[in-house]
Amino acid sequence: MTDQNKDIDTHSGTETTGHSWDGIKELNTPLPRWWLIVWYATIVWAIIYMIMMPAIPALPGMGTNTPGLRNQSDRDNVAVAVQELRQKRADSSAILLGASLEQIETDRELQQFALAMGDSVFGDNCATCHGSGGRGAKGYPALADDVWLWDGTLDGIQYTITHGIRDPENLDTRFSMMPRFGRDGLLEAGQIDDLVEYVVDLSGREADGAAVQRAAPIFVQQCATCHGEDGKGTRDVGAPNLTDADWLYGGNREDIYNTIYNARNSHMPAWEGRLDDASIKALAVYVHSLGGGE
Amino acid sequence: MANVIARGRGYTSTIMMVGALLGVFMILALLMAAGAKDTGMAVQAWTFIGLAGAFLVGMSLWAGQLLGRNPFDQSEYENAIVKWGVFASMFWGIAGLLVGVVIALQLTFPHFMYFPEWGFTNFGRLRPLHTSAVIFAFGGNVLLATSFYVVQRTCRARLAGGMWPWFVFWGYQIFIVLAATGYLLGITQSKEYAEPEWYVDWWLTLVWVAYLLVFLGTIWKRKEPHIYVANWFYLSFIVTIAMLHIVNNLSVPVSFTGSKSVQVFAGVQDAMTQWWYGHNAVGFFLTTGFLAIMYYFIPKRVNRPVYSYRLSIVHFWSLIFIYIWAGPHHLHYTALPQWAQTLGMTFSVMLWMPSWGGMINGVMTLSGAWDKLRTDPVVRMMVVSLAFYGMSTFEGPLMSVRAVNSLSHYTEWGIGHVHSGALGWVGYISFGALYCLVPWLWKKKALFSKSLVEWHFWVSTIGILFYMISMWFAGITEGLMWRAYNEFGFLEYSFVETVEAKHISYMIRALGGFLYFSGACLMAYNLVRTVLGHGEAESFDTIEPKYARPHQPVLQPAE
Repeated sequence: MTDQNKDIDTHSGTETTGHSWDGIKELNTPLPRWWLIVWYATIVWAIIYMIMMPAIPALPGMGTNTPGLRNQSDRDNVAVAVQELRQKRADSSAILLGASLEQIETDRELQQFALAMGDSVFGDNCATCHGSGGRGAKGYPALADDVWLWDGTLDGIQYTITHGIRDPENLDTRFSMMPRFGRDGLLEAGQIDDLVEYVVDLSGREADGAAVQRAAPIFVQQCATCHGEDGKGTRDVGAPNLTDADWLYGGNREDIYNTIYNARNSHMPAWEGRLDDASIKALAVYVHSLGGGE
Repeated sequence: MANVIARGRGYTSTIMMVGALLGVFMILALLMAAGAKDTGMAVQAWTFIGLAGAFLVGMSLWAGQLLGRNPFDQSEYENAIVKWGVFASMFWGIAGLLVGVVIALQLTFPHFMYFPEWGFTNFGRLRPLHTSAVIFAFGGNVLLATSFYVVQRTCRARLAGGMWPWFVFWGYQIFIVLAATGYLLGITQSKEYAEPEWYVDWWLTLVWVAYLLVFLGTIWKRKEPHIYVANWFYLSFIVTIAMLHIVNNLSVPVSFTGSKSVQVFAGVQDAMTQWWYGHNAVGFFLTTGFLAIMYYFIPKRVNRPVYSYRLSIVHFWSLIFIYIWAGPHHLHYTALPQWAQTLGMTFSVMLWMPSWGGMINGVMTLSGAWDKLRTDPVVRMMVVSLAFYGMSTFEGPLMSVRAVNSLSHYTEWGIGHVHSGALGWVGYISFGALYCLVPWLWKKKALFSKSLVEWHFWVSTIGILFYMISMWFAGITEGLMWRAYNEFGFLEYSFVETVEAKHISYMIRALGGFLYFSGACLMAYNLVRTVLGHGEAESFDTIEPKYARPHQPVLQPAE
């Protein structure tokens, strides 16, 4: 290439490479100095990192890979961190397992430990159904109130968590089964309509008086065994109180009709085997503290 | 007469070959439909037969009316296929963005478009539909269209292979429809960005090999002595995607008439192969492919020479050499051996400057034409795309550093990072190219409306900012919440609490996505009106020569 043939870009004063593709030319600008320096710096940094940390595999006589000058290993670090965490929790967990409710309530530090542990376990295992803070949802009991289906004492809550409710795989699970009055033909549709009125009346709302009268003997015959003659429920079989304003599956006429027709009988899994004993105890303390512990 | 027949035989041969290939695959699909082991397979096979049949019939009708006229006249550029590609890009772009808005709303309001008895619109099915539609359907069609446009002009040669480029184009659309309908039916091999099952993978392999051969054939018969830089980038994209696609999809079908297959790799090897693929899909589909677009459309649009030939060589080779090793940074702190994590991290950091080489070359090409940033919204869009490119190629190496990754990994920060690259870089450079292409291809003086381009630019830019900032905020928030321990050694927050904390960010993100989608709709409207010749878009035949001109010596004698 001779000087006369040099193609100089008039704006930048830089030579082009002399080619043109569809009118596009290229300048022969050298590499930007700062760009090159930063790039070299990243390469130097990368080499230093590779020397310091586990890096190059399959070198002869090296075993699996170069361990690096810092001899650092993620897996060892994790093992140590997990061990430290377990250690940190172990002593308090042991005390918690042996403590009674009064002891926990009077020992401020133990109580705080139990609540922290319970809160953590609750959030990742229970809140999915029972909601954050145990506020509950339709079909999932609220735990932050003083309405208890089975048992609201610390031991009772611990038993429920341990063995679950209607868990088919746990022999000691809390169990009861309301019949499917409509679906299985135990009651006529009209009788169920009357019962709905009766239940509405029980909870202190306006209801069809005639229907209530008709339903009274049916209630005594079919429902009172579990829910009690006064409809206030029986904890032994988890039969809810029908006279209050608290409705697990909804309290309007349609919801109540569905409940009588199909029954509900929902499940909660047993947590023994999934959570360790200390976590279950802590959970019980936590749930007990939410507002309605007995 | 003999001459006509001889010429006729020349051009009909590729039509015949494409027809025969379609016929063979339709027979195979018929066998698969007949013995289908699952409904999904049957639906997919019949979909293929319908689409391939439509292609075959359309091609036959078209070939029948040629009456001896050679449709592959070597003195003309193949423009029709690029026009189709522009339409396909717009169509899939809008579809993909719309699905993106839908899934953003589903994350914010989980009951949105959730029909328990159907499943077609579940988040789990729409999410791969969104990613595949925007990356492979929109991005892929932009790359097909622009590569076919650019390679012809920078080689001064018509596309090689006669009918084969058309097979590539329509075969690729068939791939898209099969993949998309498969997702909706619940067919997936559960590999991110590689969800389609084995038979779709085989079809794409065939299409992709044809694409490679068409591209190489065109370069082979070029009338320019040198290969332009954009074509290196396109070629690296085509070759590497072929390699990545084949290796990551190595699987054994459970049955040749069933949709399910089993991966050849297992465990951490499978994860590593997947992220070698996944990361380099970003590298060689969304980076080198779109850098190729940048290298043609920016200098062409601003009418200035490329800033530095040397920089383009050095950053090209360093980019493709280093990128391919960076995949393990997707698997920090997993079962992947630590040495491989070191490899992924150090190579990602060394990748920073090679990535920026493209940005420097693109932005500095404007020197001498800076005023165009103010006067030409299309140029502004392409330059802003380079700014987003520079930002996300800095953010990427930063996030690959293990200490940073331990905070950012699995959080919304990753989603924000991907979308600053996808919406900002890939989207804007593509929109810029489409805004250039439509008046050039349809021989119009200008776009229908320049102010609509301005509106598109500003609406989309605000959308991107909403998206990025809300996701940074959400990502860092949840990252910090996940790692917070209380004094007793228990996690401070449960997972649901971290999800709850993101709700407002999710709303802002959905709004940002909607704004971006609206911008794309403005663009589609503008482009259609341009094609129709409305507004400013008067016909103008001299913008681009109709025929490839004879070689004009611009080279130096010494060469």
